[in-house]
Amino acid sequence: MSDSTATGAKVRVLIGKPGLDGHDRGAKYVAHILRDAGFEVIYTGIRRTPEQIVDAAIQEDVKMIGLSLLSGAHNTLFKRVLDLLKEKGAEDIIVFGGGTIPPDDVPGLEAMGIKAVFGPGTPAKEIVDTLNSCLA
Amino acid sequence: MADKCSNLEKIAEAKKAWDEGPVAKTCGRFPERKEEFVTVSDEPVERLYTPEPSVMKEYNEKLGFPGQYPFTRGVQPTMYRGRLWTMRMYAGFSTAEESNKRYRYLLEQGSTGLSVAFDLPTQIGYDSDDDMSAGEVGKVGVAIDSLADMEVLFDGIPLDKVSTSMTINSSAAILLAMYIAVGEKQGVSADKLTGTIQNDILKEYIARGTYRFPPKPSLRLISNIFEYCTKSVPRWNTISISGYHIREAGSTAAQEVGFTIADAICYVETAMKAGLKVDDFAPRLAFFFAAHTDLLEEVAKFRAARRLYAKIMKERFKAENPKSWMLRFHTQTGGVTLTAQQPDNNIVRVAIQTLAAVLGGTQSLHTNSKDEALALPTEDSVRVALRTQQIVAEESGVTSTIDPLGGSFYVEQLTDKIEAEALAYIEKIDELGGMVSAIEQGYVQKEIEQSAYNYGQSIESNDRIVVGVNKFQVEEENTIPLFKVDETVGKLQTDKIAKVKADRSEETVKAKLAALTEASKGDDNLMPFILDAVREYATIGEICNAMEGVFGQYTETFN
Repeated sequence: MSDSTATGAKVRVLIGKPGLDGHDRGAKYVAHILRDAGFEVIYTGIRRTPEQIVDAAIQEDVKMIGLSLLSGAHNTLFKRVLDLLKEKGAEDIIVFGGGTIPPDDVPGLEAMGIKAVFGPGTPAKEIVDTLNSCLA
Repeated sequence: MADKCSNLEKIAEAKKAWDEGPVAKTCGRFPERKEEFVTVSDEPVERLYTPEPSVMKEYNEKLGFPGQYPFTRGVQPTMYRGRLWTMRMYAGFSTAEESNKRYRYLLEQGSTGLSVAFDLPTQIGYDSDDDMSAGEVGKVGVAIDSLADMEVLFDGIPLDKVSTSMTINSSAAILLAMYIAVGEKQGVSADKLTGTIQNDILKEYIARGTYRFPPKPSLRLISNIFEYCTKSVPRWNTISISGYHIREAGSTAAQEVGFTIADAICYVETAMKAGLKVDDFAPRLAFFFAAHTDLLEEVAKFRAARRLYAKIMKERFKAENPKSWMLRFHTQTGGVTLTAQQPDNNIVRVAIQTLAAVLGGTQSLHTNSKDEALALPTEDSVRVALRTQQIVAEESGVTSTIDPLGGSFYVEQLTDKIEAEALAYIEKIDELGGMVSAIEQGYVQKEIEQSAYNYGQSIESNDRIVVGVNKFQVEEENTIPLFKVDETVGKLQTDKIAKVKADRSEETVKAKLAALTEASKGDDNLMPFILDAVREYATIGEICNAMEGVFGQYTETFN
């Protein structure tokens, strides 16, 4: 399912918590369900700078980055992550996000390059299916 | 006595006959909806509860009377017949000017106390113009950089009349110092100030994340605050030991009680080791719990917490003042129970949670607003949340008698069970070498994460229903108006910091900060040094940096 068919290797995903927000229930839960679904997940822990997240993603050679944020700083910090990926020539890494994100902000985030935004209560299956279709 | 026992036997016999007769017959024809019924915390629930012998035999020891040890039924002799709980709405956003307006609105609407939400940079001790603060300034609370902001925040609010709770932890000493300094400017001396600082760093390492310094210096700051307030701010609640965030992170009800009281044990031990007498500081310790929608479990939880804490303070710490035994608590309805789907339904959830808090005997309450799964609440939705408390207080009738669910066969047995499970967690943490060590080993975090995962899975599998999320869904357009924080707050605060720095004496500030750094190296109480720096308009970032040079920074350990 999430094995890349050519090599059989697991798809690597980095789950990151940018900024100062400490709410990590959602991030840890998503990390867990992605592992259950066959992804290889690296979780950064809370309070990482966008620089730390992007460096870790490149170093760990991940295919995807999931950003979780509940503080309302998503417009600034998600953008910073995308900008840094571009600067470092790593814009092929797929970035998705989740948390307390007002629906009005979603089109803007998608326009800047966030591939999917998962709000509170999104079922695990929907997250996994969406990520798999992003990879297809 | 003999009569009572034989009466219990008669009940047991009759119950057996009922189980084997009508129940078996009905279940044979109409199976029950589920094979197993459980609470939201996965506690098994029986079909019917009957009198439990110990409640009858040991009424005075286990339940006693309100206002008396072990306080199972409440901490005051008359509870809400005397005075209702404090309706304290947690609020704060953007600048001090904007938040000041919201506080005045809440007071006009009948709020009886203030509860200040600070933004994350303030909570962690970064100035608004620090790189670390990018995007976060004014978002989840009000931005406070120096005493100048604090003066604006409480402009026109008399600190001798309004009690203020401040959700502030790693930088609690600084915000308390600013509050004292605002009081001085209003002509209100520190001994007249009433309120609470959260000041509970352990649950920041466990669940909430706004730590700055490592545990040892953080615990020292907390003891310094206990000591300072005992002498100078005697009516202040020096800590609000919080299960709320532990529950929000995914714990069960019993874990919430167990981990919170284990935190309390660590604070009491630290202060006693620093030479304070338990009865000098324990009466000012306060607690903070969540109220979730599983009404009866929550009521049992509050009752269990009160009884367990009283026993520990009396027996383990040999406290003699009854006020030291009392678990007084603030409650907030459960943020995680709010759904982004069909947000109006959240009003109903909050109403049930309000009842849980009140039937559980809370001393103050914040009710969440319906739109908080999506954003900070609008003024209109906050008003409905406050009205929910007022309806329970004025119309429901539950405030007319004390602990109305006391004596419920189910609630009493669940109270016993939660108390026993919470105590088992405390014993486990003792075995691990106390709370700091349990946190460093990741034990507490892992327990909570596992509970959160189990809960999530029970929803994914539809074993547990959340209305509007995995049952009774509708296609909906998100049309409710949401509150938005002005994105220019960061710039506004940066300008304010520049002005404050231009107007103050740099030389004096430097001297005060140097004195704080020097004191941090020794054993002196740091509160007077912090207060000195605050009065000279040193910023929160400068003050934290002055201590960080000595204390170092904490980084999360996890695996």
